[in-house]
Amino acid sequence: MAQDKLTFVTAGDREVVFTRAFAASREMIFDCLTKPELVKRWLLGPPGWTMPVCEIDLRVGGKFRYVWRNEDGRDMGMAGVYREIAAPERIVHNEAFDDNWTGGETTVTSTLSEAGGRTILTTSVIYANEQARQGALVSGMTDGMEYGYSRLDALLETV
Amino acid sequence: MSYGNPATLDATFAALADPTRRAILARLADGEASVGELAAPFSMSQPAISKHLKVLEKAGLVSRGRDAQRRPVRVEEKPLAEATAWLEAYRRTLEANFQRLDALLDELKSTQGR
Repeated sequence: MAQDKLTFVTAGDREVVFTRAFAASREMIFDCLTKPELVKRWLLGPPGWTMPVCEIDLRVGGKFRYVWRNEDGRDMGMAGVYREIAAPERIVHNEAFDDNWTGGETTVTSTLSEAGGRTILTTSVIYANEQARQGALVSGMTDGMEYGYSRLDALLETV
Repeated sequence: MSYGNPATLDATFAALADPTRRAILARLADGEASVGELAAPFSMSQPAISKHLKVLEKAGLVSRGRDAQRRPVRVEEKPLAEATAWLEAYRRTLEANFQRLDALLDELKSTQGR
């Protein structure tokens, strides 16, 4: 099935915007973004990672908690709070990795727009500041944490 | 496989975070040019262009020729290739997630259709 390619662009000083089209209704995609049993099936990153913890309290002010586990036993966690929920078109939440990869909290807005049986998911990530965005884009996965380039290289070879 | 060190990537992305410097690199992709030739299409003085060139040079994105008169500027491809490779790796990780989501959506649709 033909899917629009993922695009991502920077906007302003501290924002990155991703877009991707899916051949499904926005209700279905909204479920995949918010129901733990579904989130766990796809939000995994590179091969070798699973998501043993996925807790979602889907209401404004409600918290979520994700923990990913690599096959070597290493854990990586993230937590956040929902700020706006307008099913099935819009979710705004704050999030931060346990290891603070992103230089402070980020604000993530997910927007779903449907046309002709296809849905475009637009994800805007606003970083705490310009340096944080740059850090996240460039070295957020590598600097000062155990998840180093060698790890990334090894992971990439399996992609 | 190597994606360069974070400091190099920082310098590369910082240098690229400016429209004039990106336009200079785009022009240099067609071939080397003198500072005067680079300044021509911009409403900018040669010293202002030189300032941008210094940033690009420091990041290793361009180098200057030895010809004392002209000192032509040319693009250095390695840092750009490393930055592109890093972004591509990032994009592939996200795309891997979304391809799993495609498969999950297909599965949900076939279950609902039953």
